[in-house]
Amino acid sequence: MNPNENTFVACGSSKIDASLRVPLLALFGGAAVWLIVGLVLGLIAGIKFHAPEFLSTIPMLTYGRVAPAANDAVLYGFCIPAGLGVMLWVLARLSQMPLVLPMVPVVAANLWNIGVLIGTGGILIGESTGHPWLEYPRAAAVILFAAFLLIAVSAAGTFGWRRERALYPSHWFLFAALLWFPWIYSTASLLLNTVWLPRGVVQPVIGWWFANNLVFVWLALVGIGTAFYFLPKISGKPLAGSGYALFAFLTLVFFGAWCGIPASAPVPAWLPTASAFAALLTIIPILAIAIITIKTVFGSGVSCQGGPFCFIKFGVVCFVLSGLMYVASACPQSSRVLEFTWFGFAQTQLQLLGFFALIIFGAAYEILPKIMGGALPFPKLAKLHFFLTAGGVLLFVIPLAIAGVEQGKALMNPAIAFADANGVTLKFLRISTTGQLLILLGALLFALNIFVMTMKWQLALVKSLIAAVKAPLPEATAQRDQEVKV
Amino acid sequence: MKNGIAIVFAAVVALGASWCGLVLAPTLQLGGAKLTTVLNSPDTYPLQRTGEASLGLQIYRANGCAACHTEQVRQDGIQAELMLTALGNYQPEDFKAFTESLFVQQALEPVTNALAINLKGWNGSLPFVFLTTSDKEIADKINQSINVPGVKSELRIVATGADLARGWGPRRSVAADYLYDQPVQLGRLRAGPDLANIGVRQPDANWQLLHLYAPKAVVPNSTMPSFKYLFAVRKIGAALAPEALKLNAEFAPAAGYEVVPTAAAKELVAYLLSLRANVPLYEAPFTPVTTKP
Repeated sequence: MNPNENTFVACGSSKIDASLRVPLLALFGGAAVWLIVGLVLGLIAGIKFHAPEFLSTIPMLTYGRVAPAANDAVLYGFCIPAGLGVMLWVLARLSQMPLVLPMVPVVAANLWNIGVLIGTGGILIGESTGHPWLEYPRAAAVILFAAFLLIAVSAAGTFGWRRERALYPSHWFLFAALLWFPWIYSTASLLLNTVWLPRGVVQPVIGWWFANNLVFVWLALVGIGTAFYFLPKISGKPLAGSGYALFAFLTLVFFGAWCGIPASAPVPAWLPTASAFAALLTIIPILAIAIITIKTVFGSGVSCQGGPFCFIKFGVVCFVLSGLMYVASACPQSSRVLEFTWFGFAQTQLQLLGFFALIIFGAAYEILPKIMGGALPFPKLAKLHFFLTAGGVLLFVIPLAIAGVEQGKALMNPAIAFADANGVTLKFLRISTTGQLLILLGALLFALNIFVMTMKWQLALVKSLIAAVKAPLPEATAQRDQEVKV
Repeated sequence: MKNGIAIVFAAVVALGASWCGLVLAPTLQLGGAKLTTVLNSPDTYPLQRTGEASLGLQIYRANGCAACHTEQVRQDGIQAELMLTALGNYQPEDFKAFTESLFVQQALEPVTNALAINLKGWNGSLPFVFLTTSDKEIADKINQSINVPGVKSELRIVATGADLARGWGPRRSVAADYLYDQPVQLGRLRAGPDLANIGVRQPDANWQLLHLYAPKAVVPNSTMPSFKYLFAVRKIGAALAPEALKLNAEFAPAAGYEVVPTAAAKELVAYLLSLRANVPLYEAPFTPVTTKP
């Protein structure tokens, strides 16, 4: 825990929180809507595996367009803006500094939403770039990049002018994430999303580098940076060993950034070899993060009961699982079986919806009452949200991972016809669709809490405005008082 | 770390290293890749796509076909195969006796068991693959030993692996296969079969069109959605259009109507038929099949 944070309380946590109210409502509100959009699109994509003809006559809703649109809506629409919102709050709190330029993130949030709208629409009308996780067309990419830079300016300003100079482990993770995204997004967009594409397999290599650095490294930096702030706060114990945390951070950025090239990729052999080696070494930060979390959480005596603590703890467990799955699918021996199967899809969904989304939900439920100066409108629904999402993630991801292994084993045996190898996955896909449905229900509850809270606040604003208009002017009152005296 | 500069430094070094390794280096190494030549042949590879097939790649991209189909074949290794194609005046029994006489050679020890078993099960028909080994030198040696007038044998290099055994291609995919693809559509999931060689496996354009319009009409247990929106259903004019799909009763349109492919469907099929990664290259050698065993 940042030791000085408590001594500075007088300086005004409330002032800091107030400066974040409008930017965070804008970021969280848009994120909640995109999460629902992404999950609905994902559900449509999932249903197509039970009934291939479902909505197949509508070009915009063919599987090949809906599936990437769903993934991107969850990643770009929900994960990144919601993560940035949480990041702004954590940075401001750790810096003991009200947000610098608070209107800039508000503008950026709206810009970001326009970017995601253009991107999602672009994919659905067939303007996807065709590169996984970078499908958004050029116009959307430019808008998203500009919006990110605007938020980064506000975040970096808050960090630069911080009143509390000491740095805390969360700072490293979050600040590195702030640098990470503009670099990888500009590189990938300039090389893959312009008219002059590089030749041949250079395209997928850059695509893999980008996807790994966004979906694995960036989400890990923001998610774990957030968890390392809230876990000690809620459990009331300091973060176990900040030396370990520094070690975890450095190994994560140095090894994690090299992962992503599949073992069988049709490229010069040194590329997949370097990636497989890096993936093996990435076990180190994953285990370090697991150990730090266990040491911080155990023995705190705080029970979570479906609250933010539950969300964040479950999120870290999902991070460790998804990280180990990632390493397993990068290892040459196991990737022979797991590559090109549902296993990889299960891993990314666990990363997005299990790890990142849960930590963000937990953080948002912790932050919202503080910035709004009142309890959540439906605290019980927030608890229900936890059980729906946790159960939904397990039901969604575990069957898919098993389906991937079964499918991979069947595909390894040429005596099994392709259609039969594909057939073994169908019953698992059926269960996973139930999980998707539960996650979607949870997301609706999340959105409900945010929007009712926003509306109540807006209503209060309007009321106070009316009251201010109706109230007699101060000078007039003073004059009247004087007249009475006379 | 006590100050922000240290974080910036760590992040820039970490990401910069991976940027140099996984973005800059591959661009320098492969970005200038040029045509390569087919093994044991003056031909260059790959062929530039026709205009229609290049447009078809954009239909493939726009509809996200890569969400379910890969365009990448993997292999486990390569093996040498010795195939007997002619015996001249000799009888199969002579060949058996001759080959068995070679067994005394120390160098052939690793393969004598396999050879004996193969020869035992041979009914005398030709061509006959009498040895499959991962050791090309031994195969070469035996091939030279049996080189007597009239007897013809062939040493073939065969790539092995589950993908290849499924008939998805004669060799693994290599960088050269994607030289002209803009964008490259490798794919990451096989909810449908691999398409790296679909132009070789299913060269019939009509089959491809039927499959796009009604997958179940040609593959009964297919899970592929239909792409009916790439086709037009219209009233039959003076006569049935020559390009109208020949659908059976279950999938046919109402009486008096015909189904014709739009330009997009034809382009997509032209692209699919252009997917032919079936020539031997230096980095992925194999012996093309001339005489079927």
